Parts: sequence; structure tokens; C-alpha cells
Amino acid sequence: MITAAVPERENYLNNAYGIKSWLLTRDHKRIGLLYLFTVTLFFFLGGAFATMIRIELLTPQGNFVSSETYNKLFTMHGVAMIFFFLIPAIPATLGNFFLPMMIGARDLAFPRINLLSWYLLVIGGLFSLFAMLAGGVDTGWTFYTPYSTTYSNSWVIATALGIFISGFSSILTGLNFIVTVHRMRAPGMTWMRMPLFVWSHYATALIQVLGTPVVAVTIILLFCERVFHIGIFDPTLGGDPVLFQHMFWFYSHPAVYIMILPAMGIVSELVSVFSRKPVFGYQFVAYASMAIAVLGFLVWGHHLFVSTQSVYAALVFSFLSYFVAIPSAIKVFNWTATLYKGSISFATPMLYAFGFIGLFTIGGLTGLFVAALGFDVHVTDTYFVVAHFHYIMVGGTIMAYLGGLHYWWPKITGRMYPEGWAKLSALIIFLGFNLTFFPQFILGYLGMPRRYHVYPDEFQVLHVLSTAGASVLAVGYLMPMIYFIWSLRYGKVASANPWGATGLEWQTPSPPPVHNFDVTPIVTHDAYDYSTVIGQEVEVG
Amino acid sequence: MSEHIDSVKTYALVFAALIAATVGTTAVAFVDLGPFSVVVALLIAVCKMLLVALFFMHVRHSTRLTRLVVLGGLLWLLILIALTMGDILTRNWVGVPGR
Repeated sequence: MITAAVPERENYLNNAYGIKSWLLTRDHKRIGLLYLFTVTLFFFLGGAFATMIRIELLTPQGNFVSSETYNKLFTMHGVAMIFFFLIPAIPATLGNFFLPMMIGARDLAFPRINLLSWYLLVIGGLFSLFAMLAGGVDTGWTFYTPYSTTYSNSWVIATALGIFISGFSSILTGLNFIVTVHRMRAPGMTWMRMPLFVWSHYATALIQVLGTPVVAVTIILLFCERVFHIGIFDPTLGGDPVLFQHMFWFYSHPAVYIMILPAMGIVSELVSVFSRKPVFGYQFVAYASMAIAVLGFLVWGHHLFVSTQSVYAALVFSFLSYFVAIPSAIKVFNWTATLYKGSISFATPMLYAFGFIGLFTIGGLTGLFVAALGFDVHVTDTYFVVAHFHYIMVGGTIMAYLGGLHYWWPKITGRMYPEGWAKLSALIIFLGFNLTFFPQFILGYLGMPRRYHVYPDEFQVLHVLSTAGASVLAVGYLMPMIYFIWSLRYGKVASANPWGATGLEWQTPSPPPVHNFDVTPIVTHDAYDYSTVIGQEVEVG
Repeated sequence: MSEHIDSVKTYALVFAALIAATVGTTAVAFVDLGPFSVVVALLIAVCKMLLVALFFMHVRHSTRLTRLVVLGGLLWLLILIALTMGDILTRNWVGVPGR
């Protein structure tokens, strides 16, 4: 066999080599990969803490770790997963990589700030990591006062400082996205032609910019009380502990939407591509993202129903909480309507999208349960809330993240992942997830409190089921790690547009050139106009 | 978009006003105005914030979109304060049993 030596086309991966070319890069695609690497580390760190929690809960006695250690385990699981994985996971990796490409831009508006935001995440992460290694923190990821400011003997300040610093990473990413969407769209890319992934990231960015400074202020106040004993939250110093909860949840409830909105953006793309139809009610789905971003700021008091919050305020917060269900339901119904009479293919990303729609629906509907004042009093601080939250965050965000990662993997790396293994892992993750978290709904309803490692014997069966599910889930998560790395060398070489998708990111080679497009694209069609790709060769499973 | 730059004199005046307001805040702290101490301190702080935003941050000469962003930030602060106060002011409307 004779093979001609063809010089490899220059792309963002081979245009420069060496550690410096990565650590000093201003290319949004390389920064996206730096984020991917960082958040993956935190995902497995948070996963390790979760593993220890699940092992402890196998038996009703607290016989694997001490109570103090258990408190630290669930706190560090929450801190690692929420602040250093879920919040940056989709926007900072896939968003960073694809938002500019999807609107036909060469990069984000502020490439240097983009790199700075990655460094801030790493520095914040190192602070929190230091706290974890030095002895850990035991307040819960919510840092409720006065325990966090007065009584806890663990590494509260170092952890909070890490979150404070990484918050600025989030703000700067949001700022970059807002300016990029306003100023960098290619000719013809009107607002109503933007892919829904971009719309959802725009909505996310607004939350990041408007909400994150409040948690930064809250952390400073926590610092002032813990270090200087200035009475803000501790009643013995003249403060109000519920004020902390207000300020914390003003950010942290919208933060849930920072985690889920980008996931919804991915699902919109996947459902459209793999049913080869424009998203049903495009404008409604786009505006639903904006509605979620705004309404998300008006509901935080539903986390305070069993505190000393006024019953009148609780009534208002409960009432407003139901409104968020409307744009969320619009999205779910519109995705389903998109499937109707579509030419559906069951490629791996679509399996994840299906998983998302089902699990998010369960998570969302149980969200209505806990928004109801009476029911919430019964299940507050029980495993019901834990299950609800994980159905949204793990069943929703992580499913969509993995779906997006599989969908764009050929574009990012220029290689296809092994479809058979990927489908198997999607199935394992779906089954493992439900086995882990569905029993927790029942446990919580029966009265199993969260954050306890000793429990009555009658709960053991459900806990064992949950731990068994977690083992299955872990296998499901490890598989993509292995075959993604395998595919970098052995995967089939990907074409520019293996899925026959309409987005601008697919109109450029895989992997993309340094400046994304050899010629600035001119947009003449709506986002999901499949007449533009008729006749292209497609690789679907 | 033309960039409007204020004169040095304007900046100096604004700076002087900010310093004067800071001195004013400190002075008011020594006078017992009862619950109005906080009100006066906050009013002075709002004036200072407006001076910084309008002059130093050039909002006075900015586009409507920039002004919208600034107003959005203020509106969100208002949401935080209004809904939190909605709790704090109505907490004692229902009596606590035993008190």
C-alpha cells in the first residue's frame, strides 16, 4: 500500500505545541478544553466523596466514618460538585468552545478575560482543595449561620474564599458571553436566527452577572462575622441568621438555573438535529430561557419555609415558585412536539437528550411538590429534597452535558467516539441514576433525614438499593472517560458535519481552524433550516 | 460612537464632592438621629454611588443599552431588598403562641 504524505491541515490543536501554548492561550477553544480538564478533575473528586457517603449509608450504624467526617464528606461533595463542576461545567467548556462558533465569531469578545476566568477558577479550586486536604469543612455547602460563623471548627474561610474567587470566574464568563452575543454576531445572524444553545447561554450569563456578586458579598459578611465578630447573622451578636439564608439563596437558587439552562440549550440542539426538524415554537423556547432567568430571582424564599421567615413572605415565594414551572414546561412540551413526525435517530447524544427530558420532568414536577408550603414542611431536610435536586442536577445537567460532549466530540477532537460503547454507557448511566436516586424519594417521604449517617433499620433496603445504583452509575461515568481518551488516537476520523446539523460550528472543518472560520460566514437562514444540509453525508447511529 | 470625555475640572469637582460626602457620613455617625441614622447614611451612599456611576463610569454619556444594564443592576438590588424586607417587616404579624 502506498500512502502519500499529505501535510496535516492546521487547526487549533496543532498550530502550537508545549505547555506554554496552553497556559497562555487566548483561543476560546483551547480555554474550553482547559476548563474541561479542570471540571472533570473536580467531578471525580466530588464523585469520590459521594462514593464514601454511599458506602457509609450501606448499614444503619455509623461504622465506616465518624459523624464529624461524614459531615465533612457531604459538605465537600456539595462544594466540589456545585461550585467547581456544575456551575462551570457546560458554560465554561461547551459554551466557551461553541458559543462564538455558533454565532460566526472568531473568538469571545474578551479573550484575555476569558483566560483570566479560567485562572480564577483554578485558584479558587486550589483554595477549596487546600481546605479539603487540610481537614475539610463541615457546614454543608450552604454555610448556614451561625454555625458557619461562630461554632464550626473546620476550614470555613479557606473554602468560602475559594468559592468567592471562583465566583469571579463565573461573572467574567457571563460578561464575556453577553458582550459576545451583542457585538460579535456574523452578518445575517439576527437574534431570532441564533441557535437556542446561544439563547440559553445568554440567559445564563445574565444570571451569572446579576446573581454572583451577591454571594460574593454574602461571603465577605460571613468572613467579617467569623473573623472580626461583627454581628450580622449571629443572634448572640445582634444579627439575623435568616438574613444569611436570604442573601445566600438570592444567588444560590438562580445558580440552579445557571446549571440547568445551558443543559436545556444542549437538549434543544440535540432534539432538533436527531429528529431533523426545527425546534417547535423556537421563539417560545428562546423567551422561556429569558423567563426562567428572570423568574428564577423571585423564588428563593422557598428554601426558607421552615425558618422563621414570615408566613406571608412564604406564601408569596410559594406562589411565585409555581411560575417557574411555566417556561420549564414550555420547553419540555416543545421538545416533545419537535419529535412529532420527525425523522428520529437514536444516536448516543439523542439517548442522553431523551434521558434528560424524562428525568428533568420528574425533577421539575417534584420541584412543584416542595414549592407547596404544606408538603415542604413534611419533606424539608429529607432525602426527598436530595432526590429532587439530583434529578435536576445529575439527571438533567449531567445527562445533557454528556449528551453535548458526545455530540460535539467530533468537532472538538476531529475523531468519532465508539458508538456502541457510548450507547451502552448512556443506558448504564440512565439505569444507575434511577436506581440511585428513585429510592431516595421514597426514603425522604418516609422521613429519612439528609445529612445523617445513622438511620433506623427499616430504611436499609432502600439505602442499599441506592448504593448499588451509585456503583452502576460510577461504571457508567468511567466508560466515557476511557473511550473518549481511546478515541483521540483510535477513533474514526470525523468529517466537518457528521450529524448533518445546521449550526455554523459544523460549517467549518473538524477540528476547527485557529480562527474558527476561513471565511466569515454570512447567515441567510433560520437556525434549524434542514433544507440547507440536504444531500450531506450523515453518520448517525 | 463618539467618546465624550469630561474635563479634569469636572472630575476634580466630583472627587471633592465624594470626599465631602465621606466626611459627612462620618460626621453624621457622631450625631444620634435615632432610626434616621441609617437612612441618612444610606442617602449619602446613594448620592456617592450615582456620582461614581454617572461621571467616573461615564454612564452619563453612554448608550441606552449601557444605561439599561445599570438600571437592571439597580432593579435586581431592589428585588433583593424588597423581598427580604417583605419577610422581615411581616414576621411578627402572626403572634407567637405563648408570648
